[in-house]
Amino acid sequence: MARIKFVDVTLRDGNHTVKHQFSPELVRDTAAALDAAGVPIIEVGHGDGLGGSCIHAGRSAASDQEWISAAIGAVKRAKIGVLVAPGMATISDLERARELGVTVARVACHATEADATEQHVRRARDMGLFTVGYLISVGMTSADRLAEEAKKLESYGAQYINLAESQGHLVPTDVAQRVAAVRRAVNIPIGFHPHNNLGLAIGNILAAIDEGATFIDGSLKGFGGGAGNAQTEVAVAALKRAGHEVDVDLFGIFDAADVFAKAVAPHPMPAIDNDSILMGYANVYGGYVLPIKHAAKKYGCSPRELVLRLGERRVVAMQEDVVIEEAQKLARDSAQQAA
Amino acid sequence: MADAQLPVAILGSGNIGTDLIFKVRRNSHLDLRLVAGIDPASEGLAKARELGFETSSDGIDGILKRSDIRLVFDATSARAHLHHAPLLKEAGIVAIDLTPAKVGPSVVPCVNMSPEFSVPNVNMISCAAQATIPIVHAISRVVPISYAEIVATVSSLSAGPGTRQNIDEFTRTTTKALIDLGGARQAKAIVVLNPAEPPIIMRNAIYVVPDGDFDETDVRQSIAAMVADLQAYVPGYRLTVEPFMNGDHFVVAIEVVGAGDFLPTYSGNLDIINAAAVAVAERFALSLFPMKMWATPQANESTALS
Repeated sequence: MARIKFVDVTLRDGNHTVKHQFSPELVRDTAAALDAAGVPIIEVGHGDGLGGSCIHAGRSAASDQEWISAAIGAVKRAKIGVLVAPGMATISDLERARELGVTVARVACHATEADATEQHVRRARDMGLFTVGYLISVGMTSADRLAEEAKKLESYGAQYINLAESQGHLVPTDVAQRVAAVRRAVNIPIGFHPHNNLGLAIGNILAAIDEGATFIDGSLKGFGGGAGNAQTEVAVAALKRAGHEVDVDLFGIFDAADVFAKAVAPHPMPAIDNDSILMGYANVYGGYVLPIKHAAKKYGCSPRELVLRLGERRVVAMQEDVVIEEAQKLARDSAQQAA
Repeated sequence: MADAQLPVAILGSGNIGTDLIFKVRRNSHLDLRLVAGIDPASEGLAKARELGFETSSDGIDGILKRSDIRLVFDATSARAHLHHAPLLKEAGIVAIDLTPAKVGPSVVPCVNMSPEFSVPNVNMISCAAQATIPIVHAISRVVPISYAEIVATVSSLSAGPGTRQNIDEFTRTTTKALIDLGGARQAKAIVVLNPAEPPIIMRNAIYVVPDGDFDETDVRQSIAAMVADLQAYVPGYRLTVEPFMNGDHFVVAIEVVGAGDFLPTYSGNLDIINAAAVAVAERFALSLFPMKMWATPQANESTALS
C-alpha cells in the first residue's frame, strides 16, 4: 500500500548498546551487507551523532572519520548519513563529514527546540546534503506542539521530518495521533523511529505508516539505546506482510543481520528487561540504560527508584551528570531511611 | 562616606541590559548615568525610568553625545558591537562586551583579571565560560590538564533567539576559552537546552583529564577556594556534584541560581555573565581611584582576587 524508505541506524543508534565501541571493520562489513540488501540510507557514528565522542556521553573506540570512511568505502549504492545535534556537532564537523562522502544530514534536537537547529539545517542544505529535521523524544510533548516544531523545521529547509520516540513510551494510538498532527502541518514526508521498551516498536511503525509516515528507522538485531530500536530484519518482514513496498531484500537483510551479529559477538541482543520496561513506562530517555545501571551499582541505590526519580525530573538527552547526581541523592536518602 | 564613583552607561535594553541596571545600581563604585537602547517603547527603558535613571532611545549616539561616560556595558548583539567598538574606543570609553563579538581579550574575573586595566575593550565570552573556566583553572593550577569538557544545560525559557541562532559560535568561543584561560591542552564545549517545567536552574557539568601526579585533596581545596572567590560576585553559584575522580578524569557539576533582579532565578546563565561584567567594571573603577584601594579593607581583598 505505501512505499517505504528504510533508514538503518545500526551503526549509529546501535553504538549506544556497545558504549560507542564499534570498530571500523565492523562498520565496513555491516554497511556492505546492508547495501547489498538494498538499504537506501545508512546512518553511521557515535550514538549521539557527529562529534559525540566525549566524556559526558561516552568516548568512541574510533573517530568519526574512521567510521564514516569505513562505511563510504564499503557501499556501492546506499547513501551514508550522519546525525547532527547542534550544541554537540559543529558545522565544521559536518563540513568534514561531507568531504568524506556523507550525503545525508539528520539535524536533531529535543522535540520542543526546533529553532535551535535553524543554523545547522540551513547550512546543511547549502552544502547540498539531503537534510532531515529530527525531533528527539516525541513522546515527551503533545501532538500539537510537535506539529508546530515540524513546521519550523520545514521552514528552515528540512526535506523530511523524522519523529524519534526515544523513550519507547508510546502505544500505537499515541503514535498515530502525533504522525497525523504533523501530517496536517507540513508538506514534506514524515519518518518514524521507535524504541522497543514496551515491545511496541513494530506495531508503532505500522500505526505510523497508516497515518502517512514513509521513512522508517530500524537497527539490525534491534541494537540501540534502551531496549533497542525496531529490529530492522523484523520490520522489513512485517512491512512486506502488511502489504507495503520496501526496497529492501528480505533474504539480503537476514544476511546483513547475520554479518552484524557475528561481528558484534559475543555481545547479546538488547533485551526488554525490567529496567527497560520501567524506563519506557516512566518516559525516561533510553540512552541512559547503562549509566543508570552503573550509577545504581556504584552508589548503592535501587535502579528502579532511580528510573522513577529521573522520570520525575524529566531528564532529556545528554544529562548523564544528572543520573549521577540523582543516584548519589537516592543512595543518601535510602541510607538515612535505613538509619 | 561616598566612594569615588565611575560614570557608566548600559547599551542595550533587552533582558541582559535590564538586569544589569539592578546589578550596577547595587555597586558602590559605579554610577549609572544612562541606559540606552534603540526601541523607545522597550520594557527595559521603561524599567530604567521607573528606577529613576536617564534613558535614551538613540542607541550609541545617546552615549557619544555626552561627555561624562567612562565605561559602557554593551549588551546588544555581536553585529551591533562590531559597529560600537571603534566608536567607543575613539571616544576614550572602555567597553565591556557581553556579546559574542569578541573584539578585545576575554576576561573571567577570578581567573585573569589584573589590578591594572589598560585595554579599551574586554569580552565576557559566554555564560557557560564564566561558570566553568574558573573550575578548570582551579584544577590547572594544581596539575596540568590534557583535556577539559563542559556541558552547559540551560532552561529552554532562558535561551532566547540570540543563543539559539549562535549555538555554533557559542561552542567554538567557549572551547577556545577553556584552552586559553582554563589551561587545558584540548577542550570540548557542549550545550543542551532543557525544556522541563518548571524551568531548570542553569547547570554545568565539568570533566577534566589531568596529566601528571597530583593530590586529590589539593585539587578539591583549589576548587573550594575558587568557588568562594566566585561567590563573592555571584552569590548563587554552587557545587551540585563535589569534585571526584572517575577513572581518568575529574567530575564536577555546578549550578547558578540567579539573583532574580529582572530575570527569573533559573536564568543563572544570564546572571553570571552580568555579575562578571560588573566585577570587571568595578576593577576598572578601583584602578582609577588608587587612594580608595588602601582606604578600605574590602578594596584590598578585591585586588587580591588576581
